[in-house]
Amino acid sequence: MAYLDIHHLEKSFGSTRVVKDFNLGIEQGEFISLLGPSGCGKTTVLRMVAGFETPSSGAIHIEGQDIVNQRPNQRKIGMVFQAYALFPNLTVAQNVAFGMKVAGAPRAEIDARVTEMLALIGLSDLGTRYPFQLSGGQQQRVALARALAPRPRVLLLDEPLSALDAKIRVSLRTEIREIQQRLGITTIFVTHDQEEALSISDRIVVMNGGIAEQAGPPFEIYNRPATKFVAGFVGTLNTFTAIVTDPETGRVTLGGVPMTLGKPLTARPGTQISLALRPEAVRLGRADGREVILPARITEVHFLGSVIRIKADMAGTPVSLDTFNRADAPPPPVGSQIDISVSARDVIVLEG
Amino acid sequence: MIRVWSWGALLTGLVIMVLPLVGMTEFSLRMRRGEYSFDAYTKVLADPAFQQTFGYSVIMALFTIAFGVLLVVPTAYWVRLKMPWARPYVEFITLLPLVIPAIVVVFGYIRLYNTSSWLPLTGTAMGTNVLLMFGYAMLALPYMYRSVDTGLRTIDIATLTEAAQSLGAGWITILARIILPNVLVAVLSGAFLTFAIVIGEFTMAALLNRPAFGPYLQVLGANRAYEPAALAVVSFAITWGCMGLIQLVTRLSKHTRAQS
Repeated sequence: MAYLDIHHLEKSFGSTRVVKDFNLGIEQGEFISLLGPSGCGKTTVLRMVAGFETPSSGAIHIEGQDIVNQRPNQRKIGMVFQAYALFPNLTVAQNVAFGMKVAGAPRAEIDARVTEMLALIGLSDLGTRYPFQLSGGQQQRVALARALAPRPRVLLLDEPLSALDAKIRVSLRTEIREIQQRLGITTIFVTHDQEEALSISDRIVVMNGGIAEQAGPPFEIYNRPATKFVAGFVGTLNTFTAIVTDPETGRVTLGGVPMTLGKPLTARPGTQISLALRPEAVRLGRADGREVILPARITEVHFLGSVIRIKADMAGTPVSLDTFNRADAPPPPVGSQIDISVSARDVIVLEG
Repeated sequence: MIRVWSWGALLTGLVIMVLPLVGMTEFSLRMRRGEYSFDAYTKVLADPAFQQTFGYSVIMALFTIAFGVLLVVPTAYWVRLKMPWARPYVEFITLLPLVIPAIVVVFGYIRLYNTSSWLPLTGTAMGTNVLLMFGYAMLALPYMYRSVDTGLRTIDIATLTEAAQSLGAGWITILARIILPNVLVAVLSGAFLTFAIVIGEFTMAALLNRPAFGPYLQVLGANRAYEPAALAVVSFAITWGCMGLIQLVTRLSKHTRAQS
């Protein structure tokens, strides 16, 4: 059994099933992200772990102990909220000390821990300030320190970066990950931002309509999406329609060009299937080792600095492709005819 | 033209509201013939009956405030947190004291808690005091509930509660350490209003036969000329002092700027 084990978890509000048969095992020290669109049930799962919602059925175990019947204040789970939720009447230091004070820890121990926590989040000299005197990013770091101070068994982060501006969001997520790794604390992070989830997680659980569509490391989620939803939700995707010629060997024709996908297909010969390719898997021009070469016409060119994002039209199908900037090769002009090349290895078959 | 009307309205207001006060104050200073003096005030303030009744009312006010806070803060908090559907009903109940006259309530009390009833509160002085305190708390309920409820609206009580719970706090800790301090300004406004109401209340204290300030004011008014005017001025000063304190507390509160 994993350190935190969620077993057949279900939650209904009235007749609406918000979470459907959710299963997840989290190892100690792991950083898991629950990723999905609004209303997919990710926050509900988190709130059930925290104890703010009672599951309709299922079990949640931490260190082998079922916590479903424990009250939120008995679970020893730290939580950081989107709205910071610092206590406005307490100073930064008092906020951080709150959990230990409630637990009745000795004064000296509390003081030492508060100093340690404030140093951890880099706000050592702001202990006497009130929350309203801090910026959003500082408030959220204090909220993190407050949640970590009583040494919780699990840390829950409920979209902690959503209320912050873009620059702070990026720096704070790196900081959260560093702190999490330094303390080795088991963490569940809820977000709807795929970039956040991909950049800091050990594993991502992509949720949709109350079910976990796929769980795996970011690399796997991005490159080998298990379902159509995961493929579409995580990253941008080019979709093509291909015609199956031989399902057993995985042979299809894409834009009249035959290619072998290298895995058997369930569709019958002559039927259409959807294939997908990441923008970075589509190459401009003919490239070595890429067996499928297709003609296209450039419709848009976006120069983003290190990356050039090109949109092209391939016999009526829009294609998006990313290439790295090279000082010796300027991007092709809009309207020019080019060849694009793809490899069968990069193709994602969208059967689900 | 509009300007003229505005000034007219202001002057009429002043004449109706301020002039009687000025007249009363002036009259209270005329106890000594031919010159102004504070004789009426010194006489009244030195009166042992004044000290006794005023002291009694102040103590009753303090108990009423304590009882009111203990009753209203958890109720308003719980209704906002867990039973938002019940808010209109609770608001309606807290408004009832404004439409039910105090005399009706006190007759109800006497009928229900007299010496031959199942709970003979009027049988002892202490029991009657307790009954009077309940009556006062009820009279102050509309003001207390509203100010506390408004205070609760300015903070995100649901998230603060969850944050405190995840840090291991129970309900009493949450109420005492998080909710109450954050609505303290609102609670104090309610408390000062309660104080002003209790100090001036007549009907309940008179009918329950308790030695409060209101009945004393009435007895004095029926028998003396200048002292009642002096007392009325003192009462006004207390009420306005309370109002001033509400303003002061609101301004001095150090962390409330966070909520704006």
